[in-house]
Amino acid sequence: MKTDPKLPDEKGKFGVYGGRYVSETLMPALIELESAYIEIRDDPKFKAELEYYLRNYAGRPTPLYHARRMSEELGGAKIYLKREDLAHTGAHKINNTLGQALLASRMKKPRIIAETGAGQHGVATATVCALLDIECEIFMGVEDTARQASNVLRMKLLGARVREVNSGTRTLKDAMNEAMRDWITNVRTTFYIIGSVAGPHPYPMMVRDFQSVIGIESRAQILEIEDRLPDILMACVGGGSNAMGLFYPFIDDSGVEMVGVEAAGLGLESGKHSASIAMGKPGVLHGSKTYILQDAWGQVLGAHSIAPGLDYPGVGPEHSFLKDSGRVNYTSVTDTEALDAFRFLSETEGIIPALESSHALAAAIKSAPEMTRDSIMIICLSGRGDKDIQSVAKILEYDSHTP
Amino acid sequence: MSRIEHKFKELNQTGKAALIAFLTAGDPRVDLTVDLCLKLEESGADIIELGVPFSDPMADGPTIQAASERSHRGGTTMSDVLSIIAKIRVRSEIPIITFGYYNPFFAYGHGEFAADAAGAGADGLLVVDLPPEEAEEFKSHTDKAGLDFIFLLAPTSTEERIALVAQKASGFIYLVSVTGVTGARPALDFSLEALTNKIRAYSGLPVGVGFGVSTPEQAEKISRFADAVIVGSALVNIIEKHSSVERVLLCKVGEFIKGLSCGCYKSESTKN
Repeated sequence: MKTDPKLPDEKGKFGVYGGRYVSETLMPALIELESAYIEIRDDPKFKAELEYYLRNYAGRPTPLYHARRMSEELGGAKIYLKREDLAHTGAHKINNTLGQALLASRMKKPRIIAETGAGQHGVATATVCALLDIECEIFMGVEDTARQASNVLRMKLLGARVREVNSGTRTLKDAMNEAMRDWITNVRTTFYIIGSVAGPHPYPMMVRDFQSVIGIESRAQILEIEDRLPDILMACVGGGSNAMGLFYPFIDDSGVEMVGVEAAGLGLESGKHSASIAMGKPGVLHGSKTYILQDAWGQVLGAHSIAPGLDYPGVGPEHSFLKDSGRVNYTSVTDTEALDAFRFLSETEGIIPALESSHALAAAIKSAPEMTRDSIMIICLSGRGDKDIQSVAKILEYDSHTP
Repeated sequence: MSRIEHKFKELNQTGKAALIAFLTAGDPRVDLTVDLCLKLEESGADIIELGVPFSDPMADGPTIQAASERSHRGGTTMSDVLSIIAKIRVRSEIPIITFGYYNPFFAYGHGEFAADAAGAGADGLLVVDLPPEEAEEFKSHTDKAGLDFIFLLAPTSTEERIALVAQKASGFIYLVSVTGVTGARPALDFSLEALTNKIRAYSGLPVGVGFGVSTPEQAEKISRFADAVIVGSALVNIIEKHSSVERVLLCKVGEFIKGLSCGCYKSESTKN
């Protein structure tokens, strides 16, 4: 099934999903942002500037790496890793923050705010703010500042102020609430860089567009290496920005199967997971209509995942649309499966993946052996795992004396 | 004529701005909300805004966030909110508006909510994160049920948006006094008067001013140019502070509302 390349529509809808569900105070700002974005989107000067920074600052294009040992171990599909972990700051998040910060610069906004879960988006935002000399404040739940302490330090070193969020679940969801509240208060001077394909229109579209560089490069690279398109793409989905970025340029290639991997946490039946698409219902959170983990009365439920970047009870609205249309298949893997994949890639390829990306790897470990040896799989390795080694060590009870 | 319209007409004749009081349903307890609302009316509140608790109150400051969290933890549902309204309606004709975030309304169902809210005796609704662009379908149900759909305008609203809201709104227009979240504030921005007048150029509906109002003096200033004064966080603060002893709570709430209500008389304020 094909998706309409013109989506979202003029109301910011992907089918019934998306839209702009915010209080009136923010409506004018979102309308202004939408028109500013549409103006620069096709502006050759803006494109050249963004391309310059992507190449010379972020280190793009990132390699499409043939994971030979991993492929052999699994004995099925030929596996390629899109190495977003090699982008500056260690994850795909920089693709989006560069784009949005350059836009903020154009709009002459002296202050930038962002929410962060794993801290990767926070670091990527703090980085571009240092680069472009813009004041920066990052909102992060106290649960996450504890388990991603090294990223908190990085943000501070980069000159950002980190605001710890104590309300609600004290994770990404409430960091986003707090960032929204700040934006409502300081909307005239502040640009809000949302880190995922979530939030009110135009964010899901804009973030998707900035992240599409992942899929555009992957498509060109695989055509050059293999002279054909891949059979399957795999990416983890929390809000879903790395997945949207990889999938979108392939969406009209009907022979390319796509799989989004959600976090099943302690298991879907345990209630402690972040699988909004598998277990949620359509609803409205953070400005857009999408699948949400919620109770029968529309109260949003806390999510759980070992990967803080996936620990979110919603998902980008375009994913909800792609789920309903059947163009993308969504599956999920547990914390334990992700941890196993984390170790597997470290030991077979010498690449320590982020716990978020480990979810995509875990799903690949399950499905690759069932595929023929001439089939091709691309996995988005969205980030590197340095930020996770402390918490993984704790779970695995490793210390420096472990043999 | 709807209860809201009737109330504004009546107050217009007495030369008083309406005092609209917001409290979160189920804070501190569902049964106490009924008594609190009746106390608010007895003390001079003209319209009640009954907050529907939500897990993610994005546009609220710490006070109403905390109230929402207390009520949410206590398990207050949309059904409870509607049953509170039904209980008040048996004993009072005060106009009641449900006030909240969209997801609990959406989960309840547009048609179901419209029918049940009207059945319980509610008069209108305000959904913070549902701007007119997204409200059409829901509004078609609430219109049929005779409920007023109240929209917000803010200091950031452009002329275009004022025109849009004016065209869609019913009951009254809620003008958010500050660029910010809810919460009591020592000083308010009185360029609000100009904004109110701008709204009047587009709409004949009453204009209520809220967010940040906490003192009779502020109420008095707003009453000079607006049709309603809306108080929320300051009232919720009192509820939070005195919730342990019921009699004290009702007494303190009554005292506070009486003071504000006196500030709403227009004849008094124009003499200043």
